[in-house]
Amino acid sequence: MFGSLVYKRILDKFMLAVFFTAGFFTIFITIGIVYVLLTDTLEFFKEVSIKEFLTEKEWTPVFATKKFGIWPLIAGTFLIAVIAMIVSVPLGLLIAIYLSEYASVTVKEIAKPIIEFLEAVPTVVYGYFTLLFVTPLLQKIVPNLEGFNSLAPGIVLGFMILPYTASMAEDAMKGVPQRIREASYALGATKLWTAIRIILPASISGIVAGFILGASRAIGETMVVAIAAGMYPNLTLDPREPIQTMTGYIVQVALGDLPFGSIEYLSIFAVGFTLFIIAFFFNSIALWLKSKIREMY
Amino acid sequence: MKSLEKFDKKKLKKIKPDIIFPIFGFFALFLVVSFMFTLILDVFLDGLEKLKDPDFYTSFPSRFPEKAGILSGWVGTLLVMGGAIFWSLLIGIPAGIYLEEYAQKRGLIGKIENIIELNINNLAAVPAIIYGLLALGIFVYRFKLGESILTAGLTLSILMLPVIVVNTREAIRRIPRDIREAAYAVGATKWDTIRDHIFPYSLGGILTGLIIAASRAIGETAPLITIGALTFIAFLPPNPITPDFPYLSLTKFWEVLMSPFTVLPIQIFNWVSRPQADFQINAAAAGFVLLVLTFFMNALAYYIRQKVRRKYIW
Repeated sequence: MFGSLVYKRILDKFMLAVFFTAGFFTIFITIGIVYVLLTDTLEFFKEVSIKEFLTEKEWTPVFATKKFGIWPLIAGTFLIAVIAMIVSVPLGLLIAIYLSEYASVTVKEIAKPIIEFLEAVPTVVYGYFTLLFVTPLLQKIVPNLEGFNSLAPGIVLGFMILPYTASMAEDAMKGVPQRIREASYALGATKLWTAIRIILPASISGIVAGFILGASRAIGETMVVAIAAGMYPNLTLDPREPIQTMTGYIVQVALGDLPFGSIEYLSIFAVGFTLFIIAFFFNSIALWLKSKIREMY
Repeated sequence: MKSLEKFDKKKLKKIKPDIIFPIFGFFALFLVVSFMFTLILDVFLDGLEKLKDPDFYTSFPSRFPEKAGILSGWVGTLLVMGGAIFWSLLIGIPAGIYLEEYAQKRGLIGKIENIIELNINNLAAVPAIIYGLLALGIFVYRFKLGESILTAGLTLSILMLPVIVVNTREAIRRIPRDIREAAYAVGATKWDTIRDHIFPYSLGGILTGLIIAASRAIGETAPLITIGALTFIAFLPPNPITPDFPYLSLTKFWEVLMSPFTVLPIQIFNWVSRPQADFQINAAAAGFVLLVLTFFMNALAYYIRQKVRRKYIW
């Protein structure tokens, strides 16, 4: 009896250690990411100066005369993300207000899983759809639209990130206490007035957090742009031209055989590190905004 | 009388946007739903020819589009996902239990806990391709695990981890404090309580999280391209199961883990990027198979979530 109690106590302590180790282990993933990205990026900057990386306007690592200016890739990435946001923000906001303030329970129960499923669709399937359905369709409307462009992937990504821009915005609006709504109605405000002038400002940090996470998702998305945006680093704002994003470049290089330590191998880590910093920045803002909501109510 | 008319007009003006706006909102929703259905229909119709062909599911990829199939693709997906689920559960569930049940929120340990929590939130939003670079740098080149099924499973498990931790925590948080107090009152240790109460009651929620995480990972392409998954695999890994005791050959099992692989999404990507139109049919057919898989996984997760909610009403 006594022995089993001691055994129980030891087991209890042992399990605590096991659980803590598992939790602590997750930190190592981030340490691993930073370690790998940083060491190989530093290795990269031994061969290419930071100055060239940040000031050169061409990215041609596969050409005979290699130039490593990150801007074409950053421009391509942000061009697609901006197009995605232009599609996603109005659509998401409209849907969020409609679902949270107007829609019946039945509509909500059908709409929510469909919107959430947009994120579950494999991105390679989106890529196929973009290249072989959306682009040909757009080519009938938009003159001079090339087979690879940033417009079609941008629009598809706009739909893909609706789980963030619509669903998270709706959750934020639903989080506004009912009494605030009632108070507004009691003063004679209509539903729309209440939604736009009362609910929207009250839940704005949650909504913006959703938008930022959506934008971060669009920036980090790989397959749709790798398939449908082309593989051509291009410093342009024209959505009809082929471009290359940071993620697209990583895929392009990874598809070939990579000798460990070669300049191409190192360059994808430098690009990845840039992407990681941008994504980290966006996520931190979103997390900070989310924590602000918790303080409010 | 006149003032009343005026009042009515004002009221009308106020109500009108309330009629027009829902129409816009419904239209936006309709647009999204039709986008989804167009996507599914397009992939289905494009791939119909191949989807009807039973050989498509039992053939290896080939130079000839009409002979090419997805056998090595779905076998690879199955094996890689098996590994990914194993590793992500191994770390994810205990980490979730720790943060919810043991966290002290005080002192040095509390600080570490805060870092763990913040870190998991951040990991959830790291672009998938970054995990591919991590795996390439660590598993492939530093641990020398090669471009293998083991590496792929580990890579996808890191991707699934944050989702599993978050869902485990949410499931545990729903269990009321009374259950724990009651267990402690009759002399159970913390581990007893977790094993006999917390874990069984939260199993449904954990399972939901696992399925959602797996449905995301199964369609993931970019990180596996980064670690160097091949696109042309015309053989299957050896069968590690033996007819006699112990029914599993360890050397063969290790061979399976170390064998090169392809998965469905990579097969699709390879076919999409080919110029011949016939390969696009294959891509669409394989895409539809993948779409159906993810759909059923999400439906299952939704069903379990609803069921669990009805089973435990505290």
